[in-house]
Amino acid sequence: MAITEENPGYKWVGTRPIRPDGLEKVTGKARFGADLVLPGMLYGKVVRSPHAHARIVSIDTSAAESMEGVKAVITGADFPDLAANGAHPSDIDVANNAIARDKVLYEGHVVAAVAAITREQAEAAAKAVAVTYEVLPHVLTVDEAMADNAPLLHEAMITKGVDPAPEEPSNIASKILHERGDLDQGFGEADAVVEREFTTKPVHQGYIEPHAAVADANSDGRAHIWCSSQGHFQMRAYTATVLGVSPGTLKVTAAEIGGGFGGKTVIYLEPLAVRLSQRAGRPVKLVMDRDEVFRATGPTSGTRIKVKMGVSKDGKITAAEVWMAYEAGAYAGSPVGAAGMTAIACYDIPNFVVEGYDVVCNKPRVAAYRAPGAPMAAFAVESVLDELARNIEMDPIDIRLANAAVEGTQASYGPKFPRIGFVETLEAIKEHPNYTAELGPNQGRGVAAGFWFNAGMMSSATVHVNENGTATVVTGSPDIGGSRQSMALMAAEELGIPYESIKPVVADTETVGFNDVTGGSRVTLATGAAVVDACRLIVEDLRGRAAKTWDVEVDQVEWVDGQAQHVDGAQPPLSLNDLAAKSGRTGGPISANASLNSRGVGAGFSTQLCDVEVDPETGVTRVVRYLTAQDAGRAISPDYVEGQMQGGVVQGIGWALNEEYIHDTEGVMENPSFLDYRMPVASDLPMIDCAIVEVPNPAHPYGVRGVGEVGIVPPMAAVGNAIHDAVDVRMTELPMSPIKVLEALNENDG
Amino acid sequence: MPRTHITTVINGDETEFLTEDSTSLLNALRDEVGLTGAKEGCGTGDCGACSILVDDRVNCACLMFAPEADGTVIVTVEGLADSGELHPLQQCFLEGAALQCGICTPGFLMAAKALLDKNPDPTETEIRYALAGNLCRCTGYDKIIRAVQEAAREMRGQ
Repeated sequence: MAITEENPGYKWVGTRPIRPDGLEKVTGKARFGADLVLPGMLYGKVVRSPHAHARIVSIDTSAAESMEGVKAVITGADFPDLAANGAHPSDIDVANNAIARDKVLYEGHVVAAVAAITREQAEAAAKAVAVTYEVLPHVLTVDEAMADNAPLLHEAMITKGVDPAPEEPSNIASKILHERGDLDQGFGEADAVVEREFTTKPVHQGYIEPHAAVADANSDGRAHIWCSSQGHFQMRAYTATVLGVSPGTLKVTAAEIGGGFGGKTVIYLEPLAVRLSQRAGRPVKLVMDRDEVFRATGPTSGTRIKVKMGVSKDGKITAAEVWMAYEAGAYAGSPVGAAGMTAIACYDIPNFVVEGYDVVCNKPRVAAYRAPGAPMAAFAVESVLDELARNIEMDPIDIRLANAAVEGTQASYGPKFPRIGFVETLEAIKEHPNYTAELGPNQGRGVAAGFWFNAGMMSSATVHVNENGTATVVTGSPDIGGSRQSMALMAAEELGIPYESIKPVVADTETVGFNDVTGGSRVTLATGAAVVDACRLIVEDLRGRAAKTWDVEVDQVEWVDGQAQHVDGAQPPLSLNDLAAKSGRTGGPISANASLNSRGVGAGFSTQLCDVEVDPETGVTRVVRYLTAQDAGRAISPDYVEGQMQGGVVQGIGWALNEEYIHDTEGVMENPSFLDYRMPVASDLPMIDCAIVEVPNPAHPYGVRGVGEVGIVPPMAAVGNAIHDAVDVRMTELPMSPIKVLEALNENDG
Repeated sequence: MPRTHITTVINGDETEFLTEDSTSLLNALRDEVGLTGAKEGCGTGDCGACSILVDDRVNCACLMFAPEADGTVIVTVEGLADSGELHPLQQCFLEGAALQCGICTPGFLMAAKALLDKNPDPTETEIRYALAGNLCRCTGYDKIIRAVQEAAREMRGQ
């Protein structure tokens, strides 16, 4: 179901053809990160810390180096000391996370790497690297890390965002604060007030493809890297930083990427592979095992969040107070900033304080995960709002409509919203048959909403017209979920030629201009805008060539349906094919580049409706019906818009019910496998119903907002609110696993 | 290290390779035979990305030792299309947008083939349980289930 506000009569945009890269992906031909093999290639293996926090006393690589087949062994000492070179602190963190120098800060932290002729030789050599550690006391949660006299991860960390700056170091990297109005006055005006505290655990992005990189280094310092990432320009930049070389010496080719969800916007293996390849003089492949992916790559933060909100009898939110602490893992940089900006952004609230802390602890450094930071905050805020609606006996959609941000609302994080579609997503839910579907015994229904900014950032595109009038569209944005199709659909619309005549290509770092990462829901928006710009330059060029051919002024030429037409019909039309065939006589090859820093983002909103059935005997919660309504702005490629919506919801259901990092008291992860870190499987789920809302983004030529992220913001609260509706318990801890639901039920009975 | 000589039929072709006894069938297929369609997502049989058919049964190639393949008939995703003509499952996955990143797709196709070979008219629940050993993190499974339903309809001639 799609609610389309206006239909401008597009021929290609909004259709559902087969994706351009589909054939390779259903026949096994598509090459992902681990699939590349080069002549003479060695296999690498990484050595990781078994301790959550320890000083590296010594590393003895001699035994490993003398083993059969071993061609290179590297440690932190094989990389430049960025701290000694006065590098930017964030670059030092990137380097130290790639390979530890003095201290290991989490179990799984890299301390060394080896390369050998066979996989087995590499594994044996990795085991033979002898590391002596001085084990240090560790902290695993925000509570432990923020406690007085807690062991420090970084002895010089002074909290940022506090004035005056604290004199003593701590594990609190920074504080954020957003304030408006008068909190006391706001709560004084409330007829109902609810205050709750919530905790969530770190969860992993859970992409099915482990990280993989192949590097082929030359003796002159240049290197070619093939890797699976969400942005090969970003990988080039980070790798160059860690290696201490100019980015231009590295060429990075994007392999097909087997899922990322934010977790492949950072480097892990790339600089290690390059250094090993340099030392060995041969190409080196590094691929993580699944347990390495869990232990050492980006989960998102565990959190503790307190929310107090008040409403008047007519459902107006009079005040909101939010306190949140987010685990950053080993280095500063949790998504608490975005959490603070998004927490109450759906609503127009006159009085609020949102306060947040970025807290380091001895767990893997968090990485972006789909709308980073927002889902945990929404779980807390949307749960409290649900309770308030019940207290004043108001419909959960109506209370959100009564407070919904609209065009012109001063967003809680500062700017005034341009045109947005939050209200439309609420109405889409209310109008859908699921909203009034009958519920069975032990079943309940929950509503929750979410906001995400969506990113813009920088993109480049090149369009070549081939000699037969087809076109190649070249970008540098890895296609993680169908973006080649969006590029081709927009290019077909602009050039007026069939979708099948467009070949979209993801090119390497030497073949196309710079592109920021595939992240922030930005590719169809920003890279799409670059493709549109390049296509419009092509059309201008083609009109000029037609004018030259006809010996008329260019304003006498229009571009309609893929052909140049004389405004008075004085000349027979010239198709793109005709013009391409004669390009040699009208100025040479037909080609255009466009680069941009996005001209404006379009905020995304999602409202979701979840029906669950709770087994009161076991505490098992089963999702029986689910509806998600999301403002896409414009669904260029509705199949893949729905795919993003459904995928985000199901990740959220996993987060709500099953998924969590479990560490023992020594800080060792106890569930680093898909068996024990249980993500949703097909038999856990119903179909996920979608309502695409289209309230066009005025800042994009086709109205695109970006759809990748906001879908994961509401599900945890939607599930929790549904559980409350079913069995009258308010769940405040994620995951809402059977044991916790059962405990809550027993407490209610007791 | 002594290597064992293995003879199998892979995607219709008699295929021989040498392998160490401790090598997984998945690594042998990918490194020795050069068939990289089956993917390693976990190496512990939990994700199904390496699903292949061994003597008509769906198996995780990562859970078999390569020498166990001796004398078997193996079909991988590379052998699913017939002389360039896509299997109905492949066609329905394409038409139904049942893949996003595509890393799990080879495993889902093989597991779904094993289901439909045995049960040409499965219910939605039967499909969901037959594919419960295959993880997809992108799609939420909705479009995958629909694609298998559609392929089943087509294969029944409906």
